[in-house]
Amino acid sequence: MIEAEALSKSFGKFLAVDQVSFAVDRGEIFGFLGPNGAGKTTTIKMLTGLLQPSSGRGRVAGLDLATAGVAIRHQLGYMSQRFSLYPDLTVAENISLFAGLYGVTGTRLAERRAWVLEMAGLTDKGNRLTAELSLGWKQRLALGCAVLHEPSVLFLDEPTSGVDPLSRRQFWALINQLSSGGTTVMVSTHFLEEAEYCHRVALMNRGRLIALDRPGALRAAMREPILTLASDNAPRAVAAVRGQAGILDVSLFGRAVHVVVREEAEGRRVIAAALAAAGLASGVPERVAASLEDVFVALVRREGGAVAG
Amino acid sequence: MNLSRLGAMARKEWIQLRRDPRSMVLAFVLPLFMVVFFSYAISWDLDNIPVGVVDEDRTPESRALVERFTASGYFRIVATPERPGDAEQLLIGGGAQAVLHIPPGFARELSRGRRAAVQFLLDGSDANSATVALTYADALAAGFTTAAHVPAPPLTVSSRVWYNETLRSRNMIVPGLIAVIMSIIAAMLTALTIAREWERGTMEQLAATPVGRAEVVLGKLVPYLLIGLLDVAMVAAVGVAVLGVPFRGNLVVLFGLTTLFLLGALGLGIFISATIKSQVLATQVAMVVTYLPALLLSGFMFAIANMPPALRAATWLVPARYFVSVTRSLFLKGTGPLELWPQALAMAVFASAGIGLAIRAFRKEIG
Repeated sequence: MIEAEALSKSFGKFLAVDQVSFAVDRGEIFGFLGPNGAGKTTTIKMLTGLLQPSSGRGRVAGLDLATAGVAIRHQLGYMSQRFSLYPDLTVAENISLFAGLYGVTGTRLAERRAWVLEMAGLTDKGNRLTAELSLGWKQRLALGCAVLHEPSVLFLDEPTSGVDPLSRRQFWALINQLSSGGTTVMVSTHFLEEAEYCHRVALMNRGRLIALDRPGALRAAMREPILTLASDNAPRAVAAVRGQAGILDVSLFGRAVHVVVREEAEGRRVIAAALAAAGLASGVPERVAASLEDVFVALVRREGGAVAG
Repeated sequence: MNLSRLGAMARKEWIQLRRDPRSMVLAFVLPLFMVVFFSYAISWDLDNIPVGVVDEDRTPESRALVERFTASGYFRIVATPERPGDAEQLLIGGGAQAVLHIPPGFARELSRGRRAAVQFLLDGSDANSATVALTYADALAAGFTTAAHVPAPPLTVSSRVWYNETLRSRNMIVPGLIAVIMSIIAAMLTALTIAREWERGTMEQLAATPVGRAEVVLGKLVPYLLIGLLDVAMVAAVGVAVLGVPFRGNLVVLFGLTTLFLLGALGLGIFISATIKSQVLATQVAMVVTYLPALLLSGFMFAIANMPPALRAATWLVPARYFVSVTRSLFLKGTGPLELWPQALAMAVFASAGIGLAIRAFRKEIG
């Protein structure tokens, strides 16, 4: 339903998106991960027709971006990163506006309006000004307005940024519901844990696609063992361990320290020695399964780059 | 072009307009304020001009002449110095704007049926007022001559002013003011509209829908056109009912031509807004490109015929110029639609240019 072929976009000398290719199937939830500035938003804007690609081709719902023109907009729903419904319109007025723009009328409108209000939990708040809603409600209303015309493809650009965890979970339940109804969803996020809700994820870094697979497969592909150690001075522990022989990567995970090592036994020895040398207490490091974040960090390192953002 | 999408845009814009206090003040309070303020502040009429009188003749005839001046209401005697030399002092001190000097022998000359000269000294530092005062004095002197049965000069011009019989400048200012006010209001109102969508990010959501450029631009235009027509009705009503300005034309013609003018002015505002994408800057630009030309180059303040050729040529590019002449003709002369077609044509050209530019400048691509 979505195809990108060597899609690129440059702004002056800056290459924002570099030869990105992928294909998304009908009903799939396709996660688009990467730090800020990785090129996720730019890619989505090209696929929604908001930005002209510098080179490459894209097809959405069987229509070519370069030739389809406005027709493509009837097929897709889009929710931008920044909340962009009209704050000075009421909930019902926003719905009416977008229904009008998408050509949803008559009984279908009544049906869709009721569905959106119910889905967003706003049934009794139709006359409230949108500006007065909490962010979680706003996001669900924005999603509702983006799917009023029942598009076959839905693009969501960081829909959950700034939203509390509970609202985020509700939001993902809605995405799942749409996907099981046959809607293809492409969703970008910088919350790596949200990637677990996706059928497949693409990792982007500095404009390039660096991995694309099911979340489980990506984690499984990570061969290097990961040890986690608890320390009451995690930043110092990171500094002590970083750069030692056999240590591939050290990163802070909340209050814990994740250490990617070349080989487990060697790693344990090196870590103990390094912490002792720095005068830091050390417990016994624990082997943990790779999270997507570990995978992402490892992939970026393999690319020879630093993680931006 | 799809009418239901255009309608959805227009409805949305109308609701937003209603809820935006800034736009409402701009739309309804500012025009009223301007028409009241301008019509009281700008006046080329003079009355009670302070005048000094030096009457060296002191005869019933000379007193009759002075009496004529004061009775007219145009002049008010502030001093009656004995010697002519004091007259200049009055002008310099600013106590008087003019001095009437009646030399000795005035009555004698009159009784012999000869020309009797009086001197009327004017403070020319305010040229406009001096000219007006001189005109009044001439008229009064001419009337005196007739009344005194002195043989009149063989050629007399008997003048009569049509259309603004009393030469009240307000009658001329208010209709022209409608054009000036609408130039400013229309462009300022719409200058906000597209820039606001860019600043708030709502343009991005709009851009992802099937709505087309022309639908956005025209959808935004419709509510403002209604507001503009309402404004003209309001200002015209105040002009006629409160300020006593006559309206002699046809209302249908007035609103028809107002619509043409507004389409151009609103289109210009949208063009500025779509090009500049910042509400503050767009409002300022709209103000500059409409206010000064409408005030100075439209014929509202200064007669176009008296301008140097370069400025006169520039006035052809000021849409308000055509609208000023339309409103003045309709209010004062009652001109019919057939005589106004050149203005109508010019405004139609500006309307198509304004809307065309607005649609062209409006890009849906998000940078």
